[in-house]
Amino acid sequence: MMIDVINLHKSFNGFPVLKGISLQVEKGGILALIGKSGYGKSVFLKHIVGLLKGDQGKVLINGEDIGTSKGTALEKLRKKFGFLFQGGALFDSLNIFDNVAFPLREKTRMKETEIRDKVFFELEQVGLQGSENKYPAEISGGMKKRAAFARSLILDPEIMLFDEPTTGLDPIIANTIHTLIKNTHERLTFTGIIVTHEIPKIFSIVQKVAMLNDGVIIAQGTPQEIQASPHPLVQQFIAGGIEIA
Amino acid sequence: MNWIKVLGKFTLSTLRGLGEAGVFLIKGFSWAFIPPLKFHRFIKQIQFIGVNSTLIVVLTGAFTGMVLGIQGYYSLNKFGAEALLGPAVALSLIRELGPVISALMITGRAGSALTAEIGIMRISEQIDALEVMALNPFRYLVVPNFLAGIISFPLLASIFNVIGIYGGYLVGVKLLGVSAGGYFGEMRSFVDMQDIFDGLYKSLSFGVIMTWICCYKGYNAGYGAEGVSKATTQAVVTSSVLILVWDYFLTSVMF
Repeated sequence: MMIDVINLHKSFNGFPVLKGISLQVEKGGILALIGKSGYGKSVFLKHIVGLLKGDQGKVLINGEDIGTSKGTALEKLRKKFGFLFQGGALFDSLNIFDNVAFPLREKTRMKETEIRDKVFFELEQVGLQGSENKYPAEISGGMKKRAAFARSLILDPEIMLFDEPTTGLDPIIANTIHTLIKNTHERLTFTGIIVTHEIPKIFSIVQKVAMLNDGVIIAQGTPQEIQASPHPLVQQFIAGGIEIA
Repeated sequence: MNWIKVLGKFTLSTLRGLGEAGVFLIKGFSWAFIPPLKFHRFIKQIQFIGVNSTLIVVLTGAFTGMVLGIQGYYSLNKFGAEALLGPAVALSLIRELGPVISALMITGRAGSALTAEIGIMRISEQIDALEVMALNPFRYLVVPNFLAGIISFPLLASIFNVIGIYGGYLVGVKLLGVSAGGYFGEMRSFVDMQDIFDGLYKSLSFGVIMTWICCYKGYNAGYGAEGVSKATTQAVVTSSVLILVWDYFLTSVMF
């Protein structure tokens, strides 16, 4: 297993958010994590990359526990990751080109000409050619997400984490982002987790779906299994999703 | 017994906060000695904290010196010692007012912006993004500010002193009639190099205090705009109070 989460618990100020989550994602597979807002999906994602440490349980990345890793061991594990944050998390003080080039300049010894070629390639992949000199404050939400996507892909990560990649975007841009994720997965075959509300659209991209509710996984399986799940909350969520869509 | 519970909770949270701030300072300094230094960012922060604060320091320095000139003349005139106006103005500025007032002005101008910038980076997940890229946020955000503060504060305090002394000269000599030779001549007799060094040591330590508190508050800002605004206010107030308290301790030890 590329990602193996075992009995993960997390509380904030005595309030339990994750109450024993266990999940696995196979190498090259993509899992969609669905559930109501404010129920700890983003918190869970931050545990996967070691930004938060669980109170109990383990998060194994390729067999190594990221929750107890420190220093160079943690750095080595984090090099495997790309993370698309909910708001993009682009650096305000850098333009789009420098944002996307940032990981290459900091983590590799590539020449500036090579960096330029790679950045332009990734920007073209996400349809942002011609916007490289703009600053994050000067572009739309969808462009920010795409720029952040390009930045998260620039080091060809083995694992991609997406925190609500289409929230706040219009349906056309949302579809573009979904297509981008699908195409990029075909190109790089990363292992991924997508936190999303976009059902049933996301079902065509992922191999596995899990639903988080009140700190526990109440259902998981293939998209078909989830759609056929008898669990009332799952059915309510899917029906709501279809209504909205 | 409820008040005991409240007091205990307050004490524990204060101690925890102090401990975290202390660890932050130690971590910041530790990373300052581990290469590579983010030189571009360091120069940018020198520009931001130092160069961009020059105007406000020059203005406050000039008016502080001018006020000292008037007040000093008023007091010394009572004892017939107005010839000592130069050393009185210079010593007040070099030993005390230069480092303290310039530090408070830089804190108000640059410290608040520093906290707001780091706070916004925190709430918009930019600091998380650095961590996910396996990069150390201290190296990018804290170390350049620490070093820029350590370099900028003494230089700005020196500018403040020089401008203040000339402000005192303008009022004392040009307006109130103290002899120009006496103003600068007596200064040479009464101001030692040690006075100048002590003032510089003070402002250097104020640079550490300001950047430490402002970076710490921004780095640990709460959620949303309210969290950042609260962190900014706390950073400026805490830095200013700490500068004054630390000034008292240093003055007690040095003089």
